[in-house]
Amino acid sequence: MATSLKKTNVVVVGLGAAGGTAVLPLARAGLDVIGLEAGDWLTPRDFAPDELRNNFRGWPQSVQKANNEVPTHRRNANSPYSPRPGFHPMMNAVGGTTLHFFAQAWRLSPWDFKVVSETTRRYGAARIPKGCTVEDWPFGYDDLESYYDKIDYEVGVSGKAGNIKSKIDPRGNIFEGPRSREYPMPPLRLTEFTEHMAGVAKKIGWAPFPGAALINSVAYDKRSACVYHGFCTRGGCHVSAKNGPHVTTIPKALESGRLSVVTRAHVTRVEVEEKNGRATGITYLRDGVEYFQPADVVLLAGYTYENVRLLLMSRSKPFPNGLANNSGQVGRHYMTHNTSSRVYGLFPHDINNWYGTQGQGVALDNWADDNFDHAALDFIGGGNLFVYSDRRPIDAAMMPTFGKPTWGSQWKAFIKQNADRWNLATMQKTTLPYEDNVLDLDPTVKDRLGNPVIRITADWKENDRRISAFMQEKMKQWFMEAGASATTPGPVGTMGPSTHAIGGTRMGDNKDTNVVDRWGFAHEVPNLGVLGGSVMGTSGARNPTLTIQALSWRTAERLAQNWKSIAA
Amino acid sequence: MANKNQPGPTDPGRREMMKRVGAGMAGAAVAVPAIDLAQPGSAQAQAARAPAREALETLTAAESDTLEAMVARIIPTDENGPGAAEARAAHYIDRALTGPLASRKAAYVSGLAALDAYAQSSKGAPFAKLGAGDQDAILTELEKNAAPGFANSAAFFGMVRTHTIEGTFCDPYYGGNANFVGWDLLGYPGVRMAVSADDQSMSKPPKALRRSAYDEAMFSKRGAGHGH
Repeated sequence: MATSLKKTNVVVVGLGAAGGTAVLPLARAGLDVIGLEAGDWLTPRDFAPDELRNNFRGWPQSVQKANNEVPTHRRNANSPYSPRPGFHPMMNAVGGTTLHFFAQAWRLSPWDFKVVSETTRRYGAARIPKGCTVEDWPFGYDDLESYYDKIDYEVGVSGKAGNIKSKIDPRGNIFEGPRSREYPMPPLRLTEFTEHMAGVAKKIGWAPFPGAALINSVAYDKRSACVYHGFCTRGGCHVSAKNGPHVTTIPKALESGRLSVVTRAHVTRVEVEEKNGRATGITYLRDGVEYFQPADVVLLAGYTYENVRLLLMSRSKPFPNGLANNSGQVGRHYMTHNTSSRVYGLFPHDINNWYGTQGQGVALDNWADDNFDHAALDFIGGGNLFVYSDRRPIDAAMMPTFGKPTWGSQWKAFIKQNADRWNLATMQKTTLPYEDNVLDLDPTVKDRLGNPVIRITADWKENDRRISAFMQEKMKQWFMEAGASATTPGPVGTMGPSTHAIGGTRMGDNKDTNVVDRWGFAHEVPNLGVLGGSVMGTSGARNPTLTIQALSWRTAERLAQNWKSIAA
Repeated sequence: MANKNQPGPTDPGRREMMKRVGAGMAGAAVAVPAIDLAQPGSAQAQAARAPAREALETLTAAESDTLEAMVARIIPTDENGPGAAEARAAHYIDRALTGPLASRKAAYVSGLAALDAYAQSSKGAPFAKLGAGDQDAILTELEKNAAPGFANSAAFFGMVRTHTIEGTFCDPYYGGNANFVGWDLLGYPGVRMAVSADDQSMSKPPKALRRSAYDEAMFSKRGAGHGH
């Protein structure tokens, strides 16, 4: 029997980018909030510049619930399982994966919100691929702009605006949607190499711009500027210049006295009242003891896989197929970015890529979204290209060998010469949702408690593969123009466990095709909100975190402003 | 003689090479020049740099000899300087197999036994006693998954290659990358707590620092001097 705790206004499940952001507007509105986090607090002393531990050994050492719940993957209902990774792509901690993420801070483009109507208008409805389930978002970029702006300033984003109130500035991204004002901090500095890449792009008529990052380029909000030491990728920031909620919104919410953080809380179920189907609270285990935390409102803010899993596991009389799933929509419209489909360039000289962060780079949106004419192309959407400064020694030694041997004296001579002569351009591309790319509960694979893990059934479709091939040619061109002697493409990869898992509890006005409404509350359970990439209906061609944070702030603000009607 | 605490390849040519390279590193530890194989350095300097005591924590002595020989072919000691032997990659692996890589211990035990058995049957001697050419021929067969007696010789080879790279290029705290030979090979300019714009320059890269992350007190167990 679970120990029943004192009721609170709002219980938030997960204190990463989504939940960790939402707690601040809730606390400021005077609501009592309990944040349940599976991981623990980590401090700068946990953030050593240690590549082996951070990048190869499943750092951090603290409780990593997620590692027992790594989703399974198969390409389609008849395929065998893909190899299952040993570690979950995301981590548990107060602050979640923002502790070790790349901190790139993109807004979606206006097109991402209107893929159906814009594609239809410009090219005809037949250009939406067969089997694709994409819908327009229930609102547009302009409706989310003030929330993006809120995150830029409250949390801290560095970058250079390319469009302020429709005034275009070529020093920033000329393709972006209009901003209400400049970023609060200038962009992270470029390096001699990334400056060179930017110069080359300009020379061939493209429009490069410095990437935006949730990283302090200058001291901001009483925290240090980035020191570019090069261990940001799967490592925490020892000077707290990387702006995760653990150093921004959560401490501020705690100062208000309204937020209580419960660490090592392993949430197992959302409970409901049988007679009306309303959420009553959360059951969780902490150090082997079961608790029930009652609340007026429940906000699910786990990662995409965990949001879907908790809903599907929370079966009850009113919701026999899982909570908020009488429509059968939970787990649908799953997407990831095709980040493995990158290109490596080999240069005839050292480029000194040893330091920096993944956020410190040059981006190109010329081939993203609908920024170029698709009339004569056989796909819609596109990709964002990004080159940056980031290299560590083990990673360098494992570089692609461009056809050379992979061990022995010849290989050793190759890496001695080339360890610092390569760069990779990452690509993030439009991925569309399809009727057969779905998440559900694995019928056989369980976590340590005996609960099913998420099973991903998803594969790239023609539209995805064509974008990847098109973008890889552009990346190759960029490197060759910059003086590369060779390029080699990365693998197309799978849609298995990803750091960019999107969809599964999609947001939309139609309750037959969406789990949550335009404000993020479940159509079938009005006092249950869902936060995170799982509510996004399109992938965008870029890292989702800033959008996740903007949406989370918006849902929390909606809740605070309509407390009586939502909580009643 | 190479230090007796440091099991290594038995091929005299390579042993001599290791000895000279090890001595070169001893001098390098202070002055930080590139490794100069032409200057063997003094016996005294070599003694000062003799490897620290190394227990066999996981593997048997025989398994360890086989592993030493294998890592020394994956990243050989040659005209490009020290390799996995001087980096103490096998020591790194032996330590890790009792800790974070414990789940791989069985794969090492069976794989190393299969390697020795195959060396014996095909070339007439344990792997560690073979010349470099024979060793390379056998490892090439492993890599192609063509060696008999293994569950999957390519998987075994791939695993040892990965761990050899880890042990050669990791932070020296973990018992590999001894004397920073791995980082020097790559030209890695070292762990810095803060990096300036100049440090990121392509035309004038910074001089290498030879430091472990754990030379920084704040990351050490007691966090000396940081009052946490």
